[in-house]
Amino acid sequence: MFSKLWDNITESQIWKSIFRHGSPDTPRNQALAVLSNVFLHLHPARARKGGIKLEYTWCMGGVTFFLFLELTITGILLMFYYRPTADYAFVDMVALREHIPLGIMRELHRWGAHLMVISVWLHMFRVFLTGSYKPPREFNWSVGVILLTLTLLLSFTGYLLPWDQLAMWAVTVGTNMARATPFLGHEGPGASLLNWLAGENMQIVHAGSDVRFALLAGRFVGEATLLRFYVLHCIAFPFVAVILIAVHFWRVRKDGGISGPV
Amino acid sequence: MAEPSKENPLPIAGGAKTALPVTPPLVAAGAAATKPAAPAPAANASVPPSGEGIDRRTLLSLGPVTVSWVALAWASFTAAMALSAGALGRFFFPNVLFEPPSSFKAGFPEDYATGKVDERWKNLFGCWLVRSPDDFGRGPGFYVLSTVCTHLGCTPNWLDAENKFKCPCHGSGFRRTGVNFEGPAPRPLERFRIAWADDGQILVDKSKKFQQEKGQWTDPESFLKYG
Repeated sequence: MFSKLWDNITESQIWKSIFRHGSPDTPRNQALAVLSNVFLHLHPARARKGGIKLEYTWCMGGVTFFLFLELTITGILLMFYYRPTADYAFVDMVALREHIPLGIMRELHRWGAHLMVISVWLHMFRVFLTGSYKPPREFNWSVGVILLTLTLLLSFTGYLLPWDQLAMWAVTVGTNMARATPFLGHEGPGASLLNWLAGENMQIVHAGSDVRFALLAGRFVGEATLLRFYVLHCIAFPFVAVILIAVHFWRVRKDGGISGPV
Repeated sequence: MAEPSKENPLPIAGGAKTALPVTPPLVAAGAAATKPAAPAPAANASVPPSGEGIDRRTLLSLGPVTVSWVALAWASFTAAMALSAGALGRFFFPNVLFEPPSSFKAGFPEDYATGKVDERWKNLFGCWLVRSPDDFGRGPGFYVLSTVCTHLGCTPNWLDAENKFKCPCHGSGFRRTGVNFEGPAPRPLERFRIAWADDGQILVDKSKKFQQEKGQWTDPESFLKYG
């Protein structure tokens, strides 16, 4: 009875319009199942057995991707309750724990974020130790470095959002480093040179025009910073990360699959 | 119970004692071979040891009930997904609301002047408290009108000089009693339940409404006799 029902489903027009291949029980259909799927086609249709040995890869890339998905889902759920304003941010964060079912949601997001930073480092460490950054994989290593930076930026911008004392002062201290950016920070090397070049009455680089100001939307961490970090954290950085993750996966395949033991 | 076990091709010792229905495609046809390391060894005797036509690895033997590992995996997966979906649905219903309560104490009757439409609760609770010298021949007392226009839900204004409620959106007009008389509003304003609180204050309960066109304004709870 069930097998007949199953046949009715798999032979329907709806099913056949979605899945353009037969049941994946032949090598050809197994390859088609991967190639005709927009998500799976980033992945190689075939992987060498040695390349997926756990003691070699540590599966840290996969774990990082899993954590990215987990953070995206829990992050979207948190956005249903969190308001990035000075009046509401902290109380909304507390309410997410106290007043809303599944109060662990914020902790899942926080733990996932910590774990992702760790797993990204371990992934990079493994790629370095196995020499997998060498040609032809040097471009993908560079993409990975940008992804590492994005992970740290996501972690940093997310740190402000609870809007408690820890968040506020951590970001105050963290963004103070931007004062010393060469040429772009008003306390950095080169800033006085630019100001001297501009003439006596013209200050190009000062506390209200440097890169730290662009980051904070002000001279100190305030409500404008909260909104700015929120948009960067929820929209801008994940948007770039998704694109680069796709490129990263695609290049793994194009550069010969996951590198294996020599 | 009878039908699934009829469809189940497995001969099960103990016959009528079979408990769980087993979905046919998930159980391979043929007799069950008992997995030696399976739990409940005492019950193993109830499964015939013929061992024909079935892969021993696909079976989990729990006494008289035989479930395949695939069925068990899918059942657990489905259960986990259903639980997650339920929890996710629950996530969208917070346990605490920051809304004004639906019933409130509106003070003592002496706080209100006779013949006046009182607007002090309009913004917070969305209602007018009216102290009337005579409401439809019931004598003096209080009633509560909803501030929601019965046309499209705007908030009308009380115009004391013109002795009427006037909605700024489409011009619906209501008399002091709440009865509509001009504009597109199809029915009178709704009234809310009104009663005495334990301490002698007026209690307004917005969770119960009374509609004139349904004849509910004659309900004693829609009017508070006083004076």
